[in-house]
Amino acid sequence: MNLLAVERIKLFTTRSPWWCALITIALSVGFAAILAGATESTDSLTVSATQFGGSQFGIAVVMVLAALAVTTEYRFNTIRTTFQAVPHRSPALVAKAVVVGLVSLILGEIAGFGAWGLAVLMRPNDNLALTTGQDWANVAGLGLVFAFSAVLAVAVGIMIRHSAGAIALLLIYTLAVESLVQLIPKIGNHIHEWMPFNVANKFLVGSTPAGNGPPPSDSPLSPGWALAYFAGISIVFLLVALGVAKKRDA
Amino acid sequence: MIEATGLTKSYGKTLAVNNLSFSVAAGQVTGFLGPNGAGKSTTMRMILGLDNPTGGQVTIGGKKYHDLKEPLRTVGALLDAKWVHPNRSARAHLQWMAKSNRIPNSRVDEVLATVGLSNVANKRAGGFSLGMSQRLGIAAALLGDPEVLLFDEPVNGLDPEGILWIRKFMHRLAEEGRTVFVSSHLLSEMALTASNLVVIGRGQLISQSSTEDFVSRAAENTVKVRSPQLAELRDVLQRASAGVTGDEKALVVSGMDSDKIGEIAAEHRIVLHELSPQVGSLEQAFMQITGDSVEYHTGLDAEAQHVLESAQ
Repeated sequence: MNLLAVERIKLFTTRSPWWCALITIALSVGFAAILAGATESTDSLTVSATQFGGSQFGIAVVMVLAALAVTTEYRFNTIRTTFQAVPHRSPALVAKAVVVGLVSLILGEIAGFGAWGLAVLMRPNDNLALTTGQDWANVAGLGLVFAFSAVLAVAVGIMIRHSAGAIALLLIYTLAVESLVQLIPKIGNHIHEWMPFNVANKFLVGSTPAGNGPPPSDSPLSPGWALAYFAGISIVFLLVALGVAKKRDA
Repeated sequence: MIEATGLTKSYGKTLAVNNLSFSVAAGQVTGFLGPNGAGKSTTMRMILGLDNPTGGQVTIGGKKYHDLKEPLRTVGALLDAKWVHPNRSARAHLQWMAKSNRIPNSRVDEVLATVGLSNVANKRAGGFSLGMSQRLGIAAALLGDPEVLLFDEPVNGLDPEGILWIRKFMHRLAEEGRTVFVSSHLLSEMALTASNLVVIGRGQLISQSSTEDFVSRAAENTVKVRSPQLAELRDVLQRASAGVTGDEKALVVSGMDSDKIGEIAAEHRIVLHELSPQVGSLEQAFMQITGDSVEYHTGLDAEAQHVLESAQ
């Protein structure tokens, strides 16, 4: 519990988390505004379309925030000070993942509801009410996807330790790799069905095609299991990272 | 208090620390001396559990660092003043450290006052001068009011006032019964600060003794004598089996202490104008003893020779 407070102090007393948070919300809400403004008045904006900015780009920025929370510790060697103060490394790192995850959860909720709320304001006549469970998952679930993505990014940060390397890896993966895998002949689509962010998308948008939003996910899992799968992968990565950090020199 | 047995650390093929065993007692300042690359920082990191030894172990008060509950209350360390996030304020840096070991927040303000950084507590640490960063590191070491203190080159970047302050401070800490372990390159400063020395070279123990013993063992103690009856004095001393060198201005006598020389001169009614013992310097002793084990030589061998010769 103490360790959570420690990580909270660390996160909020530097500048980059604040900037990342601002950019995340700006991207999510901004994209919603653009889409709401650009859709023809005859067309109808869908709920998942409002979440486009958040689920595609906001997620990348949140992962940058999370990775930086770890890699800057390695860069400025405060990780050594951390391990000197808390020689049990796993609890310290888990506390960091939890705090960063919780902050990302809150960010995701703000981004999701902010984007949806703005769209409702701009286009009151489109059917943007949150009626189905899938609609709720789309907006409120963004926070959960952000949270587990952040945990994944923390794990990657711990393993790579290098800011630029971790960020490059995470950004390229989220923005390009999963889509590009589909181009591999024969097995590409099969692999894609099980790739984590694609599965996370299944949790958010389900399988019905959305109007102007992101394409539906081809994952065979139900939305509930999709979230569990995504969460499971991020936790596995974290466990591997903890093992590595424990054995390594600080 | 600190007990190292057979400590070994290799990074791949490089053997940084080789079967190092020493002990550091409480109530005194123990210096950790060694040329560059000797393994001092590596050893200190191993004491704090930051690096895992490849062999051997080191305990603090009988326990490994990993087994200490709230370690900052037992061991305070300043290994590198740069281990601070530059965008974080000094106060925030100390706050998270205090929080992690359940040290009350008020202690943060106390230590900041002790090192004289209260005025800049809320400024970002990246803007600090080297001396201020050093003092922040010292504040962090003092946070838990620990009984064991480790300092890796604490006087780096301090002005003479700061150096004096830290020397007095370390003496006071030792007088309070704490264990103070300091590594340094500044030999003259070490001679004034430490009462015991652990000297290492190339990862191995060279000597562990009191500072006086180390200096007297390595450097020869001589006595410089001036007299209007120099030639006569030289004869007398040589007959008393002292080693005598020198010129018409002064004699340098070895193998006999100044008391005896004074008495012999008095017996033969020889007037003395100067009778001063030349205590070997720590620098001499250090160069002599560690000369072979310097890992990264500069081209200063000639200079080292000069230092050894200039004191004679």
